[in-house]
Amino acid sequence: MLTFSRGRVILILLPLIIGILCAVPSFLPDRVVEQLPASLRTRVNLGLDLSGGSHLLLEASTQDVAKQRLANMEEQIRAELRRADPRIAIGDISARDGKLSFMVRDPAQVDAAVERIRPLTQGAGLTGQRDFNVEVVNSSTIVVTPTSAGIDNAVKSAMEVATEVIRKRIDEMGTREPTIQQQGGNRIVVQVPGLQDPKALKDLLRQTAKLEFKLVDTTANPAEVAQGRAPVGSEVLPYPDNPSGVPMIAVKRQVMVSGEELADATQGYDQQSNAPVVNIRFNGAGGRKFGQVTTQNVNRPFAMILDGKVLSAPNINEPILGGSAQISGNFTVETANQLAIALRSGNLPVDLTVVEERTVGPGLGADSIRAGLLASIIAVVAVATFMFVSYGRFGVYANIAVAINVLVILGVMGILGATLTLPGIAGFVLTIGTAVDANVLIYERIREERRRGRGVVQAIEFGYKEASRTIFEANVTHAIAGGIMLALGSGPVKGFAIVLLIGIATSVYTAVTFTRLLAAHWLRTQRPSDITI
Amino acid sequence: MKLLKLVPDNTNIGFVAIRHWAFALTMLLTVLAVGATAYRGLNMGVDFVGGLMIEAKFPQAVETDKVRSTIAALKVGESSLQQFGDDKTVQIRLPLPEQGGAGAANAVVEKTRHAMEAQFPGVTFSRYDTVSGKVSGELIQTGVLAVMLAVIGIAVFSWFRYEWQFGVSTFVAIVHDVLMTLGFFAVTQLEFDLNIVAAVLTIVGYSINDKMVIDDRIRENMRKYRKMDMKALIDLSVNETLPRTVMTSVTIMLALGALLLFGGHVLRGFTAAMMLGIIVGTYSSVYVSSSLLITLGLKPHPVGEAKGKGIAAQAERMGPTDGAKP
Repeated sequence: MLTFSRGRVILILLPLIIGILCAVPSFLPDRVVEQLPASLRTRVNLGLDLSGGSHLLLEASTQDVAKQRLANMEEQIRAELRRADPRIAIGDISARDGKLSFMVRDPAQVDAAVERIRPLTQGAGLTGQRDFNVEVVNSSTIVVTPTSAGIDNAVKSAMEVATEVIRKRIDEMGTREPTIQQQGGNRIVVQVPGLQDPKALKDLLRQTAKLEFKLVDTTANPAEVAQGRAPVGSEVLPYPDNPSGVPMIAVKRQVMVSGEELADATQGYDQQSNAPVVNIRFNGAGGRKFGQVTTQNVNRPFAMILDGKVLSAPNINEPILGGSAQISGNFTVETANQLAIALRSGNLPVDLTVVEERTVGPGLGADSIRAGLLASIIAVVAVATFMFVSYGRFGVYANIAVAINVLVILGVMGILGATLTLPGIAGFVLTIGTAVDANVLIYERIREERRRGRGVVQAIEFGYKEASRTIFEANVTHAIAGGIMLALGSGPVKGFAIVLLIGIATSVYTAVTFTRLLAAHWLRTQRPSDITI
Repeated sequence: MKLLKLVPDNTNIGFVAIRHWAFALTMLLTVLAVGATAYRGLNMGVDFVGGLMIEAKFPQAVETDKVRSTIAALKVGESSLQQFGDDKTVQIRLPLPEQGGAGAANAVVEKTRHAMEAQFPGVTFSRYDTVSGKVSGELIQTGVLAVMLAVIGIAVFSWFRYEWQFGVSTFVAIVHDVLMTLGFFAVTQLEFDLNIVAAVLTIVGYSINDKMVIDDRIRENMRKYRKMDMKALIDLSVNETLPRTVMTSVTIMLALGALLLFGGHVLRGFTAAMMLGIIVGTYSSVYVSSSLLITLGLKPHPVGEAKGKGIAAQAERMGPTDGAKP
């Protein structure tokens, strides 16, 4: 038990040396680390509570996705049945309780209508499951019900798109190293370190940025528009900055061009008024469409609509053929810039709300690091002194083990890319305390065995052997608690659990295996006849 | 060199003999803790009740009353203020606006910031948290679930590893530790947030660690002294492991003490919870869980029976050889 072959010594020391080397980048300045190859950048990341920054948890409403999907389905069905030959006339369309139902005017055409609709309801997935069920009720009413698998798929793909859009928007803001992750079915976690004021970020994320150009319905009766009624084929939309004073306007339902056909959007200034505007450029198809519509509607106003609100409704003075246009509204430089970013990154397929937000100023973060570091150093010194006073030479061995343990924990965290948070520092300090527990167990056992009259070598051998079992058992149970924290915990609990679990694994190794190596070496070279412990 | 020994050699305290007193005292304290928790309630942080928490740092010492009246003038709901760490830092809690979601919460923060900056030049918001009611409900659920699973998981582990009495006594002792910690938070009205859940889980982990060491020694002595009376055997085991119990508690207290004094105000509640937990956990290891084994009727093994205990016997054989290697 106390003799180690050279091979075993190397085998024991190797992981420790690797661990310590991996801890080194955490202490180097940024410049030096950047020059290292990526595989050697084993650095501990600082959590937001230490580096300062913002954590946002965004939630998408699944109902919203389902509703939009149903609306899309309605559009598709209308278009499909209109295209049918002979045309299938329908009426009484209603979308209630998450179902879409409509009546086929000519009962003889019901079967043909169902035939036409079926292909639309097939899922894109490979499972062959339908996204919608189509039923005929009362011989002439067709009911289209979304299947739960279909809704799940829709939410999933909406969330994927939303995550991408958010990533693009945050990248455009030029912040460093943001973390954007999907969480659960309908949530996205956004973490941006070093961000002082997340207001701009939140404003940006809130914009769905659905841009549409529609013609203004000039035939509408202003009195009726004010009451929210619009002629057939038109709709009333809010227009907060309407120069006429009425905060509403009637526009044609049909979309001239939409934001999906944009190639670029930038913030700029209006040449005459010098007010901030957003300059947009359409892609080829969008530009052609826009040119065509503006040519046909010279001297009529059109509305620029963002997220269902009219920003402005300028007159088409001449055909706009170049494929670029200017969006004016009541912008400041900042809001114009935000809209430009939002337009460039595409529109969010679903509304997101912030359900949790945590922001830590960089000052507090720096204070916490300083305090945590100071507390750790004092804890190490106090524990080390206490161990030395209690166990002499063996106490020193334990202290060396603890020092190595601290470095190895940092190294392992670096390898795993784990994040050090404030509770993580607490986990660190606690690990220092519990790491020596293993040594205390061994040394107390050696003391006991000496009292029972065993010889030096035998007592040490026995102490390690007997205590090892206890240490193993105690740490397994401790790891159970740590594992549960990691699996279930959120935020601070997780940060704490990571350090705790790594600490449990490394401390058993350093406290048992490594100190045994040191003790064995001393016994072999010095051959002491008695030990003070 | 004379080495420090906190517990003298051959200490022999009759822990088992006073177990009825210890149980009575423990019961009383636990009932008080539960009563305090039920009566006063916990000062739940925004993590668990939802709402808005702002930590404002002032350039010089400030009276909370002045801050309170500034915020009251904004009409953003009932605020609760607390000095935090030092007299320059104030924690402000506000309810979340009922309507308007995130945008509205944002507006409240901005409104408060403007009013405060006008009233107290140089003030900064060093951190703020917004947690919606929905998320806070989930955080409570996972928090409670985590603690319960940890306690049950550990009790089951020690049941499989040893006799059922060990599982039960450990379970009782840990439940006691958790209840005492809750009582402590009810009495002090320190804020109970997500960090504290981590602290409670750590207390559970530590306490079990402590009990495992003693249980392990009891098992070892049961094999060694097959004919010894159970009371004497448990006393012997607790006394034999007492130096270690005390040493470890003291080292951890030293480490936590450093954290409490120098670790900054954010971690103070967390550290206080842990220190209390270490004391309570150590107490319950020594006075509650081991003596409880007698009440539960743990019997010494007659010769030869050890073989019959499948899992426990296997575990024993496995322990010393495999156990040391992590």
